[in-house]
Amino acid sequence: MEFEKHAYDVVVVGAGGAGLRAAIAAHEAGARTAVVCKSLLGKAHTVMAEGGIAAAMGNAYPEDDWRVHFRDTMRGGKMLNHWRMAQLHAQEAPDRVRELEDWGALFDRTPDGLISQRDFGGHRYARLAHVGDRTGLELIRTLQQRTVALGVDVYMECTVTRLLTDADGITGAFGYWRESGRFVAWEAPSVVLATGGIGKAYKVTSNSWEYTGDGHSLALAAGAGLVNMEFVQFHPTGMVWPPSVRGILVTESVRGDGGVLKNSSGNRFMFDYIPDFFRKETAETEDEADRWYDDKKNNRRPPELLPRDEVARAINSEVKAGRGSPHGGVFLDIASRRPAEYVRRRLPSMYHQFKELADVDITAEAMEVGPTCHYVMGGVEVDPDTAAASVPGLFAAGEVAGGMHGSNRLGGNSLSDLLVFGRRAGAAAAEHASKRTGVVALREEMLAEAARAALAPFEREGGENPYAVQSELQQTMHDLVGIIRTAPEMERALERIAVLRERVAALSVEGHRQYNPGWHLALDLPHLLAVSECIARAALAREESRGGHTRDDFPATDPDWGRTNLVCTRGPDGTVTLTRQPLPQMPPELAEVFEEQP
Amino acid sequence: MTEPGEPSIGGTDEGRGGGAGGGGGSGYDAAFRVWRGDASGGELQTFTVRVNEGEVVLDVIHRLQATQAGDLAVRWNCKAGKCGSCSAEVNGRPRLMCLTRMSTFAEDETVTVTPLRTFPVIRDLVTDVSYNYEKAAQVPAFTPRPRDPDGNHRMQQVDVERPQEFRKCIECWLCQDTCHVIRDHEDNKRAFAGPRFLIRLAELDMHPLDVVDRRDAAQDEFGLGYCNITKCCSEVCPEGIHLTDNGIIPLKERVVDRRFDPLTWLGSRIRRRPRD
Repeated sequence: MEFEKHAYDVVVVGAGGAGLRAAIAAHEAGARTAVVCKSLLGKAHTVMAEGGIAAAMGNAYPEDDWRVHFRDTMRGGKMLNHWRMAQLHAQEAPDRVRELEDWGALFDRTPDGLISQRDFGGHRYARLAHVGDRTGLELIRTLQQRTVALGVDVYMECTVTRLLTDADGITGAFGYWRESGRFVAWEAPSVVLATGGIGKAYKVTSNSWEYTGDGHSLALAAGAGLVNMEFVQFHPTGMVWPPSVRGILVTESVRGDGGVLKNSSGNRFMFDYIPDFFRKETAETEDEADRWYDDKKNNRRPPELLPRDEVARAINSEVKAGRGSPHGGVFLDIASRRPAEYVRRRLPSMYHQFKELADVDITAEAMEVGPTCHYVMGGVEVDPDTAAASVPGLFAAGEVAGGMHGSNRLGGNSLSDLLVFGRRAGAAAAEHASKRTGVVALREEMLAEAARAALAPFEREGGENPYAVQSELQQTMHDLVGIIRTAPEMERALERIAVLRERVAALSVEGHRQYNPGWHLALDLPHLLAVSECIARAALAREESRGGHTRDDFPATDPDWGRTNLVCTRGPDGTVTLTRQPLPQMPPELAEVFEEQP
Repeated sequence: MTEPGEPSIGGTDEGRGGGAGGGGGSGYDAAFRVWRGDASGGELQTFTVRVNEGEVVLDVIHRLQATQAGDLAVRWNCKAGKCGSCSAEVNGRPRLMCLTRMSTFAEDETVTVTPLRTFPVIRDLVTDVSYNYEKAAQVPAFTPRPRDPDGNHRMQQVDVERPQEFRKCIECWLCQDTCHVIRDHEDNKRAFAGPRFLIRLAELDMHPLDVVDRRDAAQDEFGLGYCNITKCCSEVCPEGIHLTDNGIIPLKERVVDRRFDPLTWLGSRIRRRPRD
């Protein structure tokens, strides 16, 4: 078979914030760089991010600095974060935000003309740089325009199905053009995975169709390890009505800007769910909580702004106890607390979203919200400084990488993560390539085998339709490996995943190769199954509750598990193997940060 | 704890349903006509398809994919009006399918969905929008003034709000699709960049930090003069951007200022950029 072939130093898979930031860094380091993305440029899931970019710039509170941000991040992650990633992230985020302004970004301003910073859950000070509630769009457009201005090659609507390797590491990648169905291969000594997350493994999710765990699965197949996969973040506030929009995100900024959660009796129930871990820094009364918005020195944070895992579990409990809203959520009320004009100015996208999709005026009535699968903390195990995976030449940044957020990510820390580690991954990938350029070559039999595997769904007649299989997987993960987990349920999930794997191997698709969504889904499904299995296996093994992993049969946090990471790797026969690894311990000078008063 | 339920089979949209009172029992069967074909030609195909309470056109297209036409080609990403991928013409109007609620049609009304007419068809509802990416690459890049000595840029909120309106653009290309300059005149595409890129030029022109003058380029390379301000683009913008009133007309005025009265131009620059 003849294939379209290209040669680069660095191939970046994914064009969200991490991918584009990596491509810019690789290009600036002198590498011949390409970006390959499943959608059109500028449509990646980063565009959905609403709240802002967390960075301790100190524009709103001069007391803020990287140590406070580091501490908030580690505590939000229940101390399971890789300390070095959390440190680099907190130290470098302000510079990464400032350079976006040099590339054209227009953030909202403080009265003295600096970048304005807003409050968010789990952050001690107001520190999210933002543009209304459409910060992700600003980030992606800025990076997109920079990438185009630099002349980086972009392969749009092109899906990578395999990473190519030899005995010394990465040699390139193989994929297909969605438009024509034709195959394409890239020869490259460095590949940066920036493919985002796995939300499409779940029934109710804020994630788009692209979030099928491709990068997680490609890394696993290439021999890399996945760390922390049991930790899946359910954002507390997704839309619940009408059914067709169930799961779409309602930004945390609604709470940061004064919105509160109420049950069917009108009670601010979050006061009943303050865990001891956060009690000292959380308001005890509604009066104190309400004063905090204007006077942060003398009052503590409202419990609505606890980290996301706490709020999601509380909402889940209220609904289960029969105190939910008519459509199975709870009420999020900003209408009775802030003037309509303020709401429209601070939360224009939310106003628009509820008006257009639910016919609800959020300046006049409360929203109905409930938990939605939003983010996977787990991902490719990487070296913090270089974002390098264990396979030479393979790098990972953004949601596809693991370790940075521990067991739970704070809002606003995703966009800053993309920028900090996207840049580090791109620079390190360029450096690796400079040592290996010209050495790598693609082996024809590998390409032919990749092509055969991709075409297999067309060869089979009379098999099932891929949409039905995806729907069953989503239901399985929702029911059996969701917010609250038990061993018998997860064992059942693993049995079902094994059956689904056989069904995926037998399904068939109609039509031909040109822009065929059924075929595309058939090729995404093995990725979704691989990440679902990793999540279920790791979740079954971790017999404690922590962050985005809650066990009904092991409700307590266990200090031994607090020193342990679970790493998934793939054995030669394709099965997932779990390994316990000690959590890297931070040096004493960083540990001191946690001894200070909150 | 979540009760394990029987897996639902048969549709990606069912996947979003469930919950107390979810789903509803008020569905109906709708008549849909969807254009199917490729560059060599095609036709409207008729489907009868279930519609549930609260759904949008994109939900119905997904149900067709899942149950009747697995290879129906359509672009979409966020399904929340934020990414601008699912652009099409619904009953002849350029729309985002994710923001077009089925409740805006009568239950016995046939809904016709066709691809954007201004761009060449690839397959079914997917068109070749590369024209837009070529024009984007021709825009002279943003070039900032130096930072203040402390490493920050300072701008006032009131000054960033004007260009921020245009940065709300989600690049759905509905304005490009509806613009008669290129909708009916393929030849004009060479000389005319379309409303999306005229407001991009306006945005850069209003950007408090940018130091490049793109006014000659706006006229000579991006075809600003072709626009006769019929405001069709503003009408279809899902973000409610006032492309013509706030972007294109001010840009036209600034080009005229520069061409005929350099002193007025200089004066306006000085007034607009107070330095502290």
